[in-house]
Amino acid sequence: MARGTDFFGGFKLTFKHLARPRVTVGYPGEKRPKQPRQHGRHVLNRFEDGMEKCIGCELCAGVCPANCIYVRGLDNPPDHPVSPGERYGYVYEINYLRCIHCDMCVEACPTQAITESKLFEFSFTNRSDAIYTKAELLVDDDGNPKRLPWEDWREGEAAMTGGWMRATSPAGDAAFEGVVQWSGELGYGQRAPEGGQSGRRDDAATGTKSLRRAFVRHLQPVDVPADLSGPRAAIDRLRERLASRRRGA
Amino acid sequence: MIAGADPLFAHGVTGVVILIVLIKVVVGFAVWMGAVTMMIWFERKAISDMQSRIGPQRWGPFGLLQTLADGIKLFFKEDLVPAEADRFVFKLAPYLSLVPALVTFAIVPLGGTLHIAGHAVQLQVANPPMGILVMLAMSGISVYGVMLAGWASGSKYPMISSVRASAQMISYEAALGITVVTVILVSHSLTTHGIVLAQGQGIWHWNVIRLGVVPFVIFWMAITAELNRPPFDVVEAESELVGGFNTEYSSIRFALFYMAEFMNTITMSAIIVTLFFGGPAGWVPPVAHLRWVFPILWFLAKTGVFAFCYVWFRAALPRLRYDQVMDLGWKRLIPLSLGWMLIVAGFLVAPGWGFVMAAAVVLASVVLAVAFERGASRVTGPESVLEPVGRRPLPEDRLRALTDREEG
Repeated sequence: MARGTDFFGGFKLTFKHLARPRVTVGYPGEKRPKQPRQHGRHVLNRFEDGMEKCIGCELCAGVCPANCIYVRGLDNPPDHPVSPGERYGYVYEINYLRCIHCDMCVEACPTQAITESKLFEFSFTNRSDAIYTKAELLVDDDGNPKRLPWEDWREGEAAMTGGWMRATSPAGDAAFEGVVQWSGELGYGQRAPEGGQSGRRDDAATGTKSLRRAFVRHLQPVDVPADLSGPRAAIDRLRERLASRRRGA
Repeated sequence: MIAGADPLFAHGVTGVVILIVLIKVVVGFAVWMGAVTMMIWFERKAISDMQSRIGPQRWGPFGLLQTLADGIKLFFKEDLVPAEADRFVFKLAPYLSLVPALVTFAIVPLGGTLHIAGHAVQLQVANPPMGILVMLAMSGISVYGVMLAGWASGSKYPMISSVRASAQMISYEAALGITVVTVILVSHSLTTHGIVLAQGQGIWHWNVIRLGVVPFVIFWMAITAELNRPPFDVVEAESELVGGFNTEYSSIRFALFYMAEFMNTITMSAIIVTLFFGGPAGWVPPVAHLRWVFPILWFLAKTGVFAFCYVWFRAALPRLRYDQVMDLGWKRLIPLSLGWMLIVAGFLVAPGWGFVMAAAVVLASVVLAVAFERGASRVTGPESVLEPVGRRPLPEDRLRALTDREEG
């Protein structure tokens, strides 16, 4: 008996799925929301006064499990220093044929000089393009990453870099949670700290979005947050869509 | 005379008649090629809906022209013939698959009868007196397409696949044929036109109800196995056999196999509708001059339902194991279809004979069940396994010559 019902259960399930929302999206045209701490292509940050944050300590290169980072430090020239410290990153290269985007370099960096953007759509057609040097990695005078012709940057991908770094204190001290440790970045100023486990978090300021809210269309009905289900939420979504259309027009 | 059943030739073969036949062939072919591309699109779209995917969407509205794009792509790809292939047979096999699929569709009645210039024109490409037997003959030939494709490839997996295919298709042909005989018995006609006419008086005259549902179910299962479609697609079980019998095929020859598969799917949906669901029969609203359209619409709707069911099977059912396929064919479907045919034949003679036949069939099935039970519990062991017969497709020394390269 149970076997019989199982047999038709398959038909019922597949038929039900005809009306379900699609899990996939039409990729190049439509994109899914990126995860709040997505690991993408690196950027080398600068201080608000334009100085480079990198001090050439090579900790990132040391910690890199894929051996893809090559750094050489040099003493700052006294007449026009590149970084506020004693030394600066004279050579900085990342080989993206090797990089696994594990974000260990970001964690290791004592000055938050290297962080990761959310950009992942950069496909190169030769090996020399795969090696990003300081010229490609360093942010420009507005604090924005350099956009190379083969990279497909979208809105917001460069805005919230280094979220992971701002979440925890390097010393592992819980009291540091939610405290800004570093001086401001060129183009972004002082970034808001990202909250940790305690719930002391300002999601709007840090751009944090829980996955449950980002992928709400793909959840089972029971898992949808209360304020995102029902007619109220439908009206909100409609309003948001109208607003975004107006922005686009 | 091959055209004996067709009223079109009642007044001799004139130029107008030849013209009508030519138009029928051309229109039928064009409509049908369109239907095949639509079927491929429909299958991909429906199965992606069932799997919560989007499916083809890039070419044309709703991705309708995707098949065309695929066809163009395949047409311009390099045409490879493996070194070990039997070149002539290798090139012949796709046509052996495709042509039967084309021919079978010719006998399917798409609508009623039209009167053009004093000639009665049946809306089917051909209405040969041997009728439905053409379908059986053609499905017999299409076995050769699959079998020779695998054999001529000179490669192991296609070979295994084609052996499976021919065994499976021949097994299910028996059940298929017996069920068709049941239909012919009650229809008193071999022609598809006659079979459809016999079901024309209303839904209670449709063979699916008139014969009891069993022959229809047997026919449906058998035809699905005959088509090598899921859940009976052990022929192209990707996890075991790479791509099945057409692994070594590329370019337009692969496209022909692909097309043949989908042609067969539509054709067999149409054959099911013809044999069991009255073909174009259905309610016709009293509209002047357009009465001939509605049977065609009924036919298309019914065929569409079965085409959808094939896609649904593919989404819902896991593939059967090969021995399960053989079990179902030989131990279940053939005895069942045979028994049901005897019962139907008995009732056609007299109700008394029908009950006698039913009793005999019940008795026979008990005997059969006992026999299967005995067979299943027989002693098996290493001694019962047969020694392998024959050799691998490629002789050992030639294989070595191909794979081992000389040093230096």
